[in-house]
Parts: sequence; structure tokens; C-alpha cells
Amino acid sequence: MTTDLRYQRGRLLRNTLILLFQTAMIIYVVLIFYPLFNMVISSLKSTREIFQDPFGLPKAPRLANFRVVWVDKGFGIYFMNSFIVTAVSMVFVVLFGSMASFGISRYAYKARTLVYMLFLSGIMLPLKAAIIPLFILIKNLGLMDRQLSVILIFLAMGLPSTVFILSAFMKGIPRDLEYAARIDGCNDWMVYRMVIMPITAPAIALVTIYNAVPIWNDFFFPLVFLQSNRLKTVPVGLSSFFGQHSTDWSLLFTGLSIAILPMLILYLFMSRYFIRGMTAGAIK
Amino acid sequence: MMKTDVRKGLWISFFVLPGLLVVTLFILLPLFMSLFNSLFSWNQLLRGAFVGLENFRKIFSGYPYRERFLNALGNNAKWFLLTMLIQNTIGILFGYLLSRRLPGHGFFKRIFFIPVLFSIVAVGFLWGLYLKPTGLVNAALRLMGLGAYARAWLGQEEIATLSIIAVNIWRWVGFPSLVFLAAVDAVPADCLEAAYLDGVGEWTLFWRIVFPLIIPSVTVISVLTIIGSLNVFEQVYTMTGLDGSPNFSTDTIGTLFYRTAFGSVDSGNPEIGIGSAIGVIIYSLTFIASIVSIISTRSREVEL
Repeated sequence: MTTDLRYQRGRLLRNTLILLFQTAMIIYVVLIFYPLFNMVISSLKSTREIFQDPFGLPKAPRLANFRVVWVDKGFGIYFMNSFIVTAVSMVFVVLFGSMASFGISRYAYKARTLVYMLFLSGIMLPLKAAIIPLFILIKNLGLMDRQLSVILIFLAMGLPSTVFILSAFMKGIPRDLEYAARIDGCNDWMVYRMVIMPITAPAIALVTIYNAVPIWNDFFFPLVFLQSNRLKTVPVGLSSFFGQHSTDWSLLFTGLSIAILPMLILYLFMSRYFIRGMTAGAIK
Repeated sequence: MMKTDVRKGLWISFFVLPGLLVVTLFILLPLFMSLFNSLFSWNQLLRGAFVGLENFRKIFSGYPYRERFLNALGNNAKWFLLTMLIQNTIGILFGYLLSRRLPGHGFFKRIFFIPVLFSIVAVGFLWGLYLKPTGLVNAALRLMGLGAYARAWLGQEEIATLSIIAVNIWRWVGFPSLVFLAAVDAVPADCLEAAYLDGVGEWTLFWRIVFPLIIPSVTVISVLTIIGSLNVFEQVYTMTGLDGSPNFSTDTIGTLFYRTAFGSVDSGNPEIGIGSAIGVIIYSLTFIASIVSIISTRSREVEL
């Protein structure tokens, strides 16, 4: 591209600036990687070694730490819980969200705008601020300390953005495809399931990442609604783990590594999807 | 005819109602109930007498609510200003640089986004350890001969909030960077080309041509920054604790709201009325600030 070449040719001042900016970006890369690297090497040291030699490599790597944290400290269970809660929430976010989008974008009726607005009313507002009525509601439904409580709230949290993104996408699908299917004898469900949904797949992938990452990482709602240790998700489990072992830095770094590394590894394989998905709400 | 209308109505209901039910029950109803509850006095979880705006009056003028509330709100304002000023400026800079295809831009782009994926809780605890007096940050300063600058980053009133904000910028700056990158990439190449042919410099090019065209993204990021700043909770919870120590210097609306609603630290008892009122204030501020931000940037928006 010519525009870019021109930028790079430039005068001395420009080249200096480029060098400066390039350095700034490299510094940020180091600032990202070094703390993560130090976290991993610290997880393999003893607490005493962390304090005495914070930058050195572990002299005798203590891999046993990972077994202790994963098995004895229950991180295996926390991961399982996070997985269950995120997966179940997302299945219903995608199912209800795509159905609602279909109902909003593929039919013409009077209440359509109203229905759409009702869904969107929650899109910008932080649900956290309504924790008191939610708490009372969950209590009255008898869902305290049950995974269904956070699943329902995550489902509600995920629907507005899902309906926003999917209904815009579905609106763009040509009518002819639908008519052809109807002539072939498809009912509305079959049109949704066999015509519209397959075409919507890319947008579904986007919506899934957009919602699954915040749900996986959410701390507030599991903190309020899940008290039993056997139900805790990774962020809440990490939090109580930090409360119990505040002086055992070796173990703390192991816990952090276990909480952070899986996401990092997943990202390295799917970075393009993560970037597209997570910025989906902010980019037209 | 009648029959097909009924059938169509049934199908629409079938598709729309499950989602609508969830949204109504878990978003709209709680929203409405916050407002409703804030107008009553409460005894634990039992609703008492209707008191009108008394709860709001207490927050803005009663002891100790007023002091706590204004202190927390001040910190949220600090969060907003510093995030706008530092994080979003770096975000625009990085976004623009990445769009200029400097060597290694694909690599930078991927790496910058890594911390965005991590939970605030994990990031908060990690940096909480690094920022301890015995932590890595001070060790690094000593190693570089800057030991005089070593301090209790989260233990001193003047810098604790700044430290937490810095950590949050570390985690999040990749997000505005990539949003702005996408925005700059969407600026038509012939626009830039024409400007280059006219001999416009990079600085003028950015302010006169690129920036006006990416205003919609600036709006989006500003609104997200407002919402994010009003919702700070986990960052403080993990790094300095629920009561915003030292001496409430890192307290925010989010942590104050939590303490009020669940009665953990200050008074020992949950105060549903006051808590609901704070919830309503959070909603109103989010709403007003978003509207203002959208209107003020829309007036500067340029259509191609």
C-alpha cells in the first residue's frame, strides 16, 4: 500500500518517531509477558526463594505445587463448575437469543419494535446495580447456592447483546430462501432451524465468544449466589484460595497460573476469533 | 385468513417469549424493583414504610453516608478521567500505529489483546502480589538502582487508587487499541491517498482526516469507559479489599454499594433502602453519562 510506504520513507524526525513508537509497543509487550513469565517461574519456587531471588529461575522446580492446587485445593472442581455454568448459560443464550432474533427480524407485526426495545433495554445498564432485587428474587425462587441461579442471570445478561447482533444479521438474509423453503413445506421452526440458523453460524460464533468470556470471568454473581465450596467457579474459588493462603506465595502463584494459563493457551490458538468476538459490540 | 393470523401470532410468541420471559424477570423487574425499593425504609429484608426520597436525601446529606458516598464518587471520577486520559490516548496511538503497518504489527496486535482475556480477579490478585512492599515491582526498582522509589503501592492513601488504575490500564489498553485499529482501517484509502498527494503531514492527516472519521468509535469507547468506571468493583476487591483500604482511599461506588447492600463492613447490617438508592444512582449516572457522551460526540461526527 502506497500510503504506508510514504509514511515510512519520511524525514529524520519521522524515522525517530517511528523508532520511538516501535519501542513503546515493544515495552508494552514486555510489560505483558514478563509478569506472566514471572508468575509461572514463581509458581515453581518455594516462597522463600520468591523473596530472596525474585527474578531467578527456580533452582529445583516444584511441579508438585500444581497437583496440590488442582487436586487438594479444588481448582479441578472450580474449573468443572466454571465450565458447566458457562456452557449451560451459552447454550440457552444462543438458543433463546437466536429464536428471539428470528421472531423479531423475520416477521412483520405491530409489537415488533416494542419487543426489540424490551430486549435491548438491558444492553448498556450494569445488572450488578440491581443485585438487591435479584438477591430477593433468587431467594424466593429457592435458588440460593444452586448453579441455576447464576445460569439464569448470565442468560439474562447475554440476551440483549445477542438479540442486537443476531437480529441485525438475520434481517440481511434474503426472503427468497425462506419462501423457497416454505414452498417445499417447511414450517416456521424448520425455516429457523434449517434455513436461517446455518446462514447465521458466523454471527453465532461471534456472539458466543462475546458472551462466553465475560461469563467465564464473572466474579460478582457467583460471589453473591454460590456459597458452597463445591459450587464455586474459578474466579470465586481463586478469591477464597487467596483468603486462605495469603502468606504462601508459592502456592498463590500456582493458583494464578492455573487460573490464567488455560485462557492464554486457548487464545494463542484462536486469537483471531477472540479479537473479533470480544470487540464485536464496539465495532460496526 | 383469521386462522393464518392466529398461527403466525403463535409462532412469533413461541420464538420470542422464552427470551422475553428471562429478560423481564431478571433484568426489567429487578431494575424496576430497585427504583421501587429505594423509596421505602427497610428492616433487614422486610419492606417498611414508604419514605419517598428519604434514602436519597440521606446519601447526599446524612452522616456517614454523604462522606462515604462523595469519597467513593470522587474515586470513580478519578477512574474515569485517568482511564480516558491515559488508556484511551494510548489506545488511539497504538490503534493508529498498528493501522500504519509498522513492522511486526500483526504480532503486536495479537499480544496487546492477551490481558483483555483474563479475569479482573486473576489480574487483580497477580498485581496485588507484585505491588506488595516485598513484591516484584519494588524488587525491580531496587535492581535498577531506583530503590528510593520503592513503596507500599497499595498501602499509601495518595497512590493506592492510582496503582489500581494502572493495573487496570495494563489489562485493558489492548481493547481500545484494537477498536481504534478497526476504525482507522475502515477509513477509505483514497481519502488518505488524496491527502498525501496534497502533501499533508502525518500529524495533520490524523487530526483533520482520520480523527473526525473515527469519532463513532471514540463515542463507543467513551461510553464503555463511563460504564466501566462506574462499575469498578473486582479491581478494588482483589487489591485493597472490600472496604477500600487504606482508610477508604480506594473505595468506589461499587464497593460501597456492596457493603451497603450486604452489610459487610461499615455498619454490620444490610441497608436495603440506602443500597437500592445507590443502585438507582448508578443506573441514572450510567444512563445520563452515556446520553451526554453520545450527543456531544455526535455533533462532531463527520459523514463521508
